[in-house]
Amino acid sequence: MNEFLLTLIKAFIVGGALCAIAQIFIDKTALTPARILVAYVTVGVILTAVGLYEPLVKFAGCGATVPLTGFGYTLAKGVEKGVRQNGLIGALTGGLTGAAGGIAAAISFGYFFAVIFKGRPKN
Amino acid sequence: MKKIMTFANAPIITVGASVVGKKEHEGPLGSTFDIHDDTCEFGMSTWEGSETEMQRMALQTALAKAKLTADDIDCVFAGDLMNQCTGASYGMKSFASRYFGLYGACSTFAEGLILSSMAVSCGFSALSAVVTSSHFCSAERQFRFPIEYGCQRTPTSQWTVTGSGAVIIGSNGDGPRIVDALPGRITDKGITDVNNMGAAMAPAAIDTLNLYFTESNTSPRDYDLILTGDLGREGHSVLREFMRSDGYDIENNSNDCGMMIFSASAQDVHSGGSGCGCCATVFSSYILPRLVKKELNNILLIATGALMSPDRLKQGDSIPGIAHLVHIVS
Amino acid sequence: MNTDSKTYQAYAKAHAKRSPMARDIVRAFWVGGLICVIGELLKLLYSSLTIPEDLIKILIPVTLIFIAGLLTGIGVFDNIAKYAGAGTLVPITGFANSMIATAMDTKSEGMIMGVGAKMFIVAGPVIVYGTVASLIYGVILWIAERV
Repeated sequence: MNEFLLTLIKAFIVGGALCAIAQIFIDKTALTPARILVAYVTVGVILTAVGLYEPLVKFAGCGATVPLTGFGYTLAKGVEKGVRQNGLIGALTGGLTGAAGGIAAAISFGYFFAVIFKGRPKN
Repeated sequence: MKKIMTFANAPIITVGASVVGKKEHEGPLGSTFDIHDDTCEFGMSTWEGSETEMQRMALQTALAKAKLTADDIDCVFAGDLMNQCTGASYGMKSFASRYFGLYGACSTFAEGLILSSMAVSCGFSALSAVVTSSHFCSAERQFRFPIEYGCQRTPTSQWTVTGSGAVIIGSNGDGPRIVDALPGRITDKGITDVNNMGAAMAPAAIDTLNLYFTESNTSPRDYDLILTGDLGREGHSVLREFMRSDGYDIENNSNDCGMMIFSASAQDVHSGGSGCGCCATVFSSYILPRLVKKELNNILLIATGALMSPDRLKQGDSIPGIAHLVHIVS
Repeated sequence: MNTDSKTYQAYAKAHAKRSPMARDIVRAFWVGGLICVIGELLKLLYSSLTIPEDLIKILIPVTLIFIAGLLTGIGVFDNIAKYAGAGTLVPITGFANSMIATAMDTKSEGMIMGVGAKMFIVAGPVIVYGTVASLIYGVILWIAERV
């Protein structure tokens, strides 16, 4: 049980820190949320490529995979698998294959929730 | 030649009406507005449709108050924030009056007052109407993000007013008169922060006010109220500072419709309200009745507009500002 | 006014009230951290259901996307995001919210040219840059393995 608690704490700290860094960029610079997210995904791919992100995932679990850098990690891991299995074609297909679950979920839930719900004015 | 337009036959603001949404109705001026809808939908299925309906209701209410029909109105000067000014063009569809569609961002109401005064004063129109509107949801969709998108606003950002105001301007009758006006000129000091439109618009207001005081040979003390459109707390504070350094103290007799329509402490609107509906509703339902009751006798209304385009901002351009001034006496 | 543009821009920037950064960071940290903890709890739940690890890896983001979508639909997500800032933006929940909010918002322009076409207006760049970055990495990897 103690070990599980430690896992949660590690996820909390790493995930929280990744969000806090983004918050500093939002408050300190004129970066729009879209630019922050693009930067996070790209950085995630790069850090995975140079072998720095995998250890973070091993250490923090969802603390590293749930933030959008983790989306980049999923894409990069997918590409590694693709290239190993299918060569150069795998470089093309591997990334989206790895991230297919998340993207398809966002698209389909987006579609169905759009059918069900309507936006309302904020208070 | 002087840039101030002095109207030989000062047009009369005979009546005003306003329609607002929930947040505006909950604000400090809530009870003064004629119509409100807590759903902000006004019976329509799209936000663009709701804004259109607000314009129609605002003019309809003004006509009813003045015991007039649409046929009595020669010209309508209407505008809003949406692309192609559809709030105005669709909203005015059911009225047979001659139609002028205006875009001056949040300054549109004063732009309409000036143009209608020109038409009435020159005898081209016996009765004209000015209608402008903005809707929080249609403006968010067009200028910012989807309505349910989660994001934080900076303290200088402004909240688009859901509302429409209409006034009827005539050559005869009783009521406050538009004695002169000073149309603004485009002023761009290179502000690119869409969340600080107050700072983008303030230079235009400073420019217009300075020229007005110089040409009319008056000073702020000569007026009961110097009312800006929607500079918000941020822009209004910039305006006060610069006016002071130009030798005009407006600390005690100036206010801003964007600061008046919402409560700074109770409503989460950051720098204040904005949009064509802000100045239009505050003027039509709060300021105009006070002029009629002679609680106010001599005021300057300076509606400012941030002539902002999301596409031009993405292309690296800045936000031009404009400020139109109207001088009204009771 | 005689102030030139550069001076005015600097003045406006200095004059503008700023967001309280320390407060923002604390909020982003704890909400973002909590979302990641929820991910770990989902992992525990799915493991106890003897779902294979490979599928759990997919199921965690899918579940979080579903929750974020539902909260967006019932109009709660934007209120949380207003408080949490990057705390909800950076986790996969922010990506989900941007797609689902856009889809809901563009329904009035029709299910095809509205929802179908415009769903990606905010989230599209993430997919584009993620895909391009992964492709470049894949090509480099492929070349590196052959040198």
